[in-house]
Amino acid sequence: MKRLRGRAICRGKAQGTALVSPAAIGFLGGVDPDTGIVVELEHPLHGRSVAGRVLVFPTGKGSTVGSYTLYRLCKNGLAPTAIVNARSEAIVAVGAIISSIPMVDLVDVSQIRTGDAVTVDGEDVIVD
Amino acid sequence: MRLTAEERAMLEGAEGPTVRKAMQIVVALGEIYDAVELVAVGSAQIAGVSYKNLGEAGLEFLEEWATQGTCTRVPAFANPAGMDLQRWREMGIPSEFARQQQRVVNALASMGVLLTCTCTPYLVGHVPRAGEHLAWGESSAVSFANSVLAARTNREGGPSALAAAITGRTAAYGLHLTEKRRPTHRIQVRCPLPNEADYGALGYLVGRQVGDGVPYFQLLAESPREVPAPAASTFGGSRSREESSLRRPTQEQLMALGAAMGASGAVALHHIEGVTPEAAQWAGLAGRSGSRSSTASVQACGAAADASSDPELIEIAIDSLEEGYAALNSPLDEIDFVSLGCPHSTLGDMQRAAALLDGHRVKATLWITTSRGVRETAERQGLVARIEAAGGRVFADTCLVVAPVEDLGFKAMATNSAKAAFYAPGHSGLPRRFGTLQQCIRAAIKGRWAGRDSRGLA
Repeated sequence: MKRLRGRAICRGKAQGTALVSPAAIGFLGGVDPDTGIVVELEHPLHGRSVAGRVLVFPTGKGSTVGSYTLYRLCKNGLAPTAIVNARSEAIVAVGAIISSIPMVDLVDVSQIRTGDAVTVDGEDVIVD
Repeated sequence: MRLTAEERAMLEGAEGPTVRKAMQIVVALGEIYDAVELVAVGSAQIAGVSYKNLGEAGLEFLEEWATQGTCTRVPAFANPAGMDLQRWREMGIPSEFARQQQRVVNALASMGVLLTCTCTPYLVGHVPRAGEHLAWGESSAVSFANSVLAARTNREGGPSALAAAITGRTAAYGLHLTEKRRPTHRIQVRCPLPNEADYGALGYLVGRQVGDGVPYFQLLAESPREVPAPAASTFGGSRSREESSLRRPTQEQLMALGAAMGASGAVALHHIEGVTPEAAQWAGLAGRSGSRSSTASVQACGAAADASSDPELIEIAIDSLEEGYAALNSPLDEIDFVSLGCPHSTLGDMQRAAALLDGHRVKATLWITTSRGVRETAERQGLVARIEAAGGRVFADTCLVVAPVEDLGFKAMATNSAKAAFYAPGHSGLPRRFGTLQQCIRAAIKGRWAGRDSRGLA
């Protein structure tokens, strides 16, 4: 078990299976809010669903409207259960807060592999 | 981060769940961008009003906050919507879109957001003071407030501007801090800039190169006016004849420059030597004008810095705007749609358009988009009647960039806005011509683009 300490952007507790992206994620146009599937062509997670996963990625990108895409995913029951970033930026942070998705940043995301069982708790990320 | 007792109470939920969430947003952004405190904002401008951009997701969010009884505590005004809220049928907007758009503005209004629906709040009475902190969202308005009016705002996303309006605060980072307003690039412009399209082409070229930097412009070539001075409003200073023939851009030209840089780049602040109010304080850093003769487009320059910690300025020389015009012009002859008013038209632009249209009839669809306030004044002056007698339409509350233009069946557009020309192919699926207001009006009348294009073709 590894305990990675970061900074709580949206404080909360959640657990799930990690889905790790080596590339930044832009939610508007990048993730379909009605299926939860990553639809950005050429994206390393293309075709994968973010629903119910602890979504781990370096940082956000793209349009600021992406905050609302996260909110819509949440309303559709397709949001990630938690978000872990290396360095967060405004779009994903705001999206996580308005959707009440626990989010931590300033974490060494290279310590997490897709499929790991991950718990996010406050500023802690616990990897089994 | 240091919070006052009042701010901490908001964060802990003393004023209800929505204020708490709004304060969480403000504080999280402060943490992310290393702010040490919050600042009180004088006003907020809420971008993300068009249903085209918000979609169902954004609408649901706004309605949820609205139904919780959320209310703004500082003046907050809405960016353009996806349609003229009164004349949307004439625009050809589908009624389903209109219904959803109306729900968006209703939600905003019930939170106390003023339905100015404009990217030019500074033209309709919302003029910030120099040094005032703001939470504005639309990129051209942010640029104008920072650069021309010397107010201080970052470019806020929709929810973060709304959060600032609800809490009355924003985090003190980025352009709220004096040191972040320091120039990063020196732009020597050695070609004349006689009209607003030239300022737009310049902004396009510079924004593409400087990203989110802070350009410091030196306008080195004389730019004789193409229009007589009374038709365009000169920003600041004297309006004497000698003054107006020199390098002092009009308000419309300044608007075009900032809008273009906010589109091709993420420039939220620039300085223009001898023109914008904060330029003088950085003059030592930028060095003397004309001190370098290189024509290389980009080169590092250890320009006269006034402190050892000053970062070096990147130097860019602009000798020609041809590359900008080439990038913003599709090879089109026939034009069926002419769109003016990005940013929203000033009264001066409407006077010029009306004068050019008098005695003519347009072949192409002509939209002039502006704020409700400017439109009403233009109506009172008889300008709207003159433009509409020629077959043009003056729409308020909306613009080309945020209206669902792709669904309206147009094939080829002309615009005098570099920003609109930059976005049209991607946002609206439209090839376009980009030139002066005069060229655009001519294109509307003839249904063809007759001006000189980037390849010198007639």
